Amino acid sequence: MVKKLKQNPARFPGAEAIENKGWIKAHRWLLLRRLSQLSILALFLAGPLFGLWIVKGNIASSLTFDILPLSDPYILLQSLAAGFVPTATAFIGAAIVLAAYFFLGGRIYCSWVCPMNIVTDTAGWLRRKLGISGGLGLSLSKQTRYWLLASTLILAAITGTLVWEAVNPVTLLYRGILYGMGLGWLLILAVFLFDLLISKNGWCGHLCPMGAFYSLPALISPVRISAVKREQCNDCMDCFAVCPEKQVIYTPLRGADQGISPVISSPNCTNCGRCIDVCNESVFQFGLQQPFKSKSLSPKKEVTHEST
Amino acid sequence: MSAQNKTASNRRRFLKESGRSLGIVMCLALGLGVNSRQGRALPARALRPPGALPEDDFNAACIRCGLCVRDCPFDILHLATPEQHIPTGTPYFIAREKGCEMCEDIPCIPACPTNALNHDLTNIDDARMGLAVLVDQEACIAFQGLRCEVCFNICPVRGEAITLEYIHNQRSDKHAMFIPIVHSDSCTGCGKCEQACILDETAIRVLPMALAKGLLGKHYRLGWEQKQQAGGSMVTPDTEHKYNLPEGMRYDYDGVGLIDERPAAAPEEATSVPGLDVLNQKGKP
Repeated sequence: MVKKLKQNPARFPGAEAIENKGWIKAHRWLLLRRLSQLSILALFLAGPLFGLWIVKGNIASSLTFDILPLSDPYILLQSLAAGFVPTATAFIGAAIVLAAYFFLGGRIYCSWVCPMNIVTDTAGWLRRKLGISGGLGLSLSKQTRYWLLASTLILAAITGTLVWEAVNPVTLLYRGILYGMGLGWLLILAVFLFDLLISKNGWCGHLCPMGAFYSLPALISPVRISAVKREQCNDCMDCFAVCPEKQVIYTPLRGADQGISPVISSPNCTNCGRCIDVCNESVFQFGLQQPFKSKSLSPKKEVTHEST
Repeated sequence: MSAQNKTASNRRRFLKESGRSLGIVMCLALGLGVNSRQGRALPARALRPPGALPEDDFNAACIRCGLCVRDCPFDILHLATPEQHIPTGTPYFIAREKGCEMCEDIPCIPACPTNALNHDLTNIDDARMGLAVLVDQEACIAFQGLRCEVCFNICPVRGEAITLEYIHNQRSDKHAMFIPIVHSDSCTGCGKCEQACILDETAIRVLPMALAKGLLGKHYRLGWEQKQQAGGSMVTPDTEHKYNLPEGMRYDYDGVGLIDERPAAAPEEATSVPGLDVLNQKGKP
């Protein structure tokens, strides 16, 4: 079995790690993330299901223990763009959330909180297992999400309503689970099929404006993954196979010769830790980086310098 | 490949990629824009929670969190799902299924983190979720002369939002019909009347204000109100009508009619009929 897996590393990334570290350790961060995502959902569900009202509301805005307000800053921004100034509660809630993500890495939302992550991760996993590649040749730019982010705000300003929230699969899924899904399942299924058949990591990695928004605070987040032991890398490519934003790994992992910092400082790294799991050589680690310090070692600058 | 060529090809690739993603985003944005226009008008049966801002403002203010739904003690509110013609994720209730219980402390309002449910509303009687309208007089059994008055009795603003008007029942010709009349200055649109209506299909319905209310043309002036405001007639008063009556006779316009004030004719002038004096004699058989 293991021999078979080794023959096809693209389909079975992490096979070596599983063999050496054991299944649990080779899935440690994945399991922790699922635990985090499902625990948050469980906290919300405990109220309506068991009358245990710890957290009320949903991922757009919530109230914990009847005292702690949390609001999604991106949705609040849409509301502001639509021309409405909410009360202080919403601003306080959004400020708390934003502060947390400034510290933890903005897109930690994507991999540790967002419910769609489970859907798209499943699609990605199935895509690998079934050996689906390429899809319909729709090669989306990773920048599309920023265009989409801008247009959701512009549309909100033009129409005076939260246009994106009518279709936003992230909030739709959460709201649906807590308050009733209706035909919202179809939209979630569409995203699943899009990721499975049409574009690899198509939703989270290319389109989702919510992820694009949360990548912004990550520009200066101290909690980052670092390829600290990159000299041990044996080029097995497993991390590239599992990473939903694989472009963020390349320079920190391979940039030792150019003096590039091993810290994965790209704001689009979701801090999911999957690279740590699948790496048999224990190259990656969670760590703290000093904000702004990595700027002097900006990988892009170095590469440009090299190429000219 | 020279550096110049590389830059040029990079630029070409960048433009191509940008163009493609821009195209995709534009397609999505246009679709969304049209969709948002369609979803703008709320269906007539969907009512907003108390204190909801006017529909356009509400759709900008509501962040679809459902905290109002959670704090409604009677589980009346729902969040709209994508297939409904209500902006997805926004709260609503259907009066026929369950009307608003009009809690005195209005818990749904302070639950709202954005003020989409206006926190200034503190007296539930001031809420205007909609307006009850007796839409089908043919079906309402009060108009058949039957006693019902369920809507009148269930109304939380009893005797003010809905009153009964007694109208003569022409069919039986001896009974009264108890006709429910809704007053917009007191009706909160809670929907209890619609929920309670005994018909299979309700005859009284709470409609959104925009559907329920008519509006007189702005140029209209009601003469009698103008006269009262001005303290007198705004045009040259009519000259009093005069009848050409014989001397000593008047005409009363307030219903008495013709008044004869001529002095009574002298009895001796009356022509005497033989035997009449005897017949007119009192006290005798």
